[in-house]
Amino acid sequence: MGRKLLLENINVPGINTFEVYRQKGGYRAVEKALKSMSPEDVVEEVKKSGLRGRGGAGFPTGMKWSFLAKPEGKPRYLVCNGDESEPGTFKDRYLMTYIPHLLIEGMIVSSYALGANTSYIYVRGEMMPQIRILEKAIAEAKNAGLLGKNILGSGYDLELYVQPGGGAYICGEETALIESLEGKRGNPRIKPPFPAISGLYNCPTVVNNVESIAATVPIINDGADEYAKMGIGRSTGTKLISASGNLNKPGVYEIELGVSVEEFIYSDEYCGGIANGKRMKAVVAGGSSVPILPANLILKTANGENRLITYESLADGGFATGTMLGSGGFVVFDEDQCIVRNTWNYSRFYHHESCGQCSPCREGTGWMEKVLHRLEYGHGKLSDIDLLVDVSKKIEGNTICPLGDAAAWPVASAIRHFRDEFEWHVTHPDEAMQRNYGLAHYADPLPKPEGVTAN
Amino acid sequence: MSDKVKVTIDGISIEVEPGTSILNAARQIGGDIVPPAMCYYSKLQGSGGKCRTCLVKVSKGSEKDPRPMPKLVASCRTTVMEGMEVQNITSSEVLEARKGVVEMLLINHPLDCPICDQAGECHLQDLSYEHGTESTRYEFERRTFDRIDIGDKIQLHMTRCILCYRCVYVADQITDNRVHGILGRGDAAEISTYIEKAIENDFSGNVIDVCPVGALTDKTFRFKNRVWFTKPVDAHRDCPKCSGKVTLWYKGEDVIRVTARKDEYGEAEEFICNDCRFETKKTSDWVIEGPRRISPHSVISANHYEQLNPPSVIRTNPALLESNKEEFERITRL
Repeated sequence: MGRKLLLENINVPGINTFEVYRQKGGYRAVEKALKSMSPEDVVEEVKKSGLRGRGGAGFPTGMKWSFLAKPEGKPRYLVCNGDESEPGTFKDRYLMTYIPHLLIEGMIVSSYALGANTSYIYVRGEMMPQIRILEKAIAEAKNAGLLGKNILGSGYDLELYVQPGGGAYICGEETALIESLEGKRGNPRIKPPFPAISGLYNCPTVVNNVESIAATVPIINDGADEYAKMGIGRSTGTKLISASGNLNKPGVYEIELGVSVEEFIYSDEYCGGIANGKRMKAVVAGGSSVPILPANLILKTANGENRLITYESLADGGFATGTMLGSGGFVVFDEDQCIVRNTWNYSRFYHHESCGQCSPCREGTGWMEKVLHRLEYGHGKLSDIDLLVDVSKKIEGNTICPLGDAAAWPVASAIRHFRDEFEWHVTHPDEAMQRNYGLAHYADPLPKPEGVTAN
Repeated sequence: MSDKVKVTIDGISIEVEPGTSILNAARQIGGDIVPPAMCYYSKLQGSGGKCRTCLVKVSKGSEKDPRPMPKLVASCRTTVMEGMEVQNITSSEVLEARKGVVEMLLINHPLDCPICDQAGECHLQDLSYEHGTESTRYEFERRTFDRIDIGDKIQLHMTRCILCYRCVYVADQITDNRVHGILGRGDAAEISTYIEKAIENDFSGNVIDVCPVGALTDKTFRFKNRVWFTKPVDAHRDCPKCSGKVTLWYKGEDVIRVTARKDEYGEAEEFICNDCRFETKKTSDWVIEGPRRISPHSVISANHYEQLNPPSVIRTNPALLESNKEEFERITRL
């Protein structure tokens, strides 16, 4: 069994209440940080732990904190990004639902480290149950003197608020989130200036993901060295993975970074293999925005090494033969799934969610969706496939925020790895129209992992 | 030590004030190395960065950190650094990306130039001529909108809008109260007023001047003439609200349109009030200064006023000469 840090007590009855959380050792990190550490010590500890942002980009959290400007007379803010709108990713809401005090505790520790006296947890508007749960948890923490004025007699004040978001995917982008928090349209800002210099209300701001903030609790409790012992290389600690798709046991798992993809998908400790005895066809490893990989490349790198769940190993080979850890949303497709349909579905999502500020994303996402729609329904042409590749290239890297990349990568990678399937939709329009995805065009058997007998 | 910052754009070096954007540094050099801009408007704070037509490649970040920037950047919103090296028309990557942006901008823009009042003054028309391709690969139905009545002076035709946000910035920064903005998102976004209000404000007419396409046009001028048949003349009057410096557009003896004076990038030199724009259309209302200088590139200048005179920086630089070959051929034909 892998060691767990965030979900250690997840099965303890009543762990969502303050009393039980406290009995299980909750808020020790707050006591330790506020009573025996300076804010700089906390930042240093997080730096030493090697914790990388768990929202998708994987930027070192401690380094991000150290960029925060310290102007006189201006407040600084910590904003927790609980928007979590990436298709295939549902780990943050799991944390917020079942162990809300872990996030509250992390917010207090992180706010203290950053010198923020007002902090926000921005939660996607549709997630009202989680918003209510967090509000209740904040009230409990405040009653216990862990929030508000002079926390635990340390002289440190912190007010914590939960803010429902606008219910748009783009509000998960940090600058759009800040705009939304300020009550404006959730449009991304043009960087620079970065939020660390000018963020919420033009004040220095750090935006961190729910999981990243929660991870500061075990770092402070057990020490950075202990945390850094877990994982491999620059991928330290544990990571929550939300696994979905054609799996025997989909769900949220906490893994130690470095577990192999094969073990994660096929072992009984985690996903238990592919459902209904089918074979695995493809995996989206980090939420819908990262490149999709066929079964052989997700299990082994192009060099034939075992693919591990780490930032580095998943990215091995670049986008030609690799992908990204992203937010850790594993979506697994069995051999019966249609990649064209799935790509169209993702594309439909990004078209709908584009904010419309910049031209390539506003117009390009819609264009890609329409071409994919006609391919999926058997009205496409062979030239459409190259057109899609070209349009995705025109969007990638040319937009204000990463939504353009997020829309382009799934399309480009699906064609890169499954071009024959796109061509099949053109050459077999009748079957495509009747949704007859027997996928008989797959003449070669799909690769099966060696030594795996789960199915 | 000089306080100025040295930046090199397409091989041409210039020293500019710290805080200058790459686009404005390029404008100080002039010529074809100036990236096009559809949403940036130097007089409107915070504008720019949205249309992506001004993307350039930063091949050297600065003296301190010479690493190139990983992606193309919007030159209108990227500040120059000491020693920065930028490629605009000398980068095939930039030209390819720009071609893509033009294609995207034209996806939902109707090619109704023959009946559009902006024809001849349309920045998108110029942009697609200079950076676009001759045909489209888009085969789907274009987005269309019903016309919205926003008062008796300004016509909003959303079908032509490219969502540059300039008119929203004008309403925010120039007028007293903004009644229009962006509704919806993605390609369903549109400029509109809240419950079809009229846009009535002393300075609201400036939204017409800043609109780079024919989405916002002057109802008092619509369908009266093509701009290249009119004669632009600079004039001024003693106006209590604005500078009163305008361009009058004559058809024979009649002033058929009044606009702000625009510079070579199509930006108003000074915003004007609605009284000057809509209410004073007699020659006797104005002190005439003389013919308006119009860029030789513009269709309005055809057979008028100025001779072609390409900036010397281009004529003397072999790299730029090569990059501008097509442009030279085009203007030589004029």
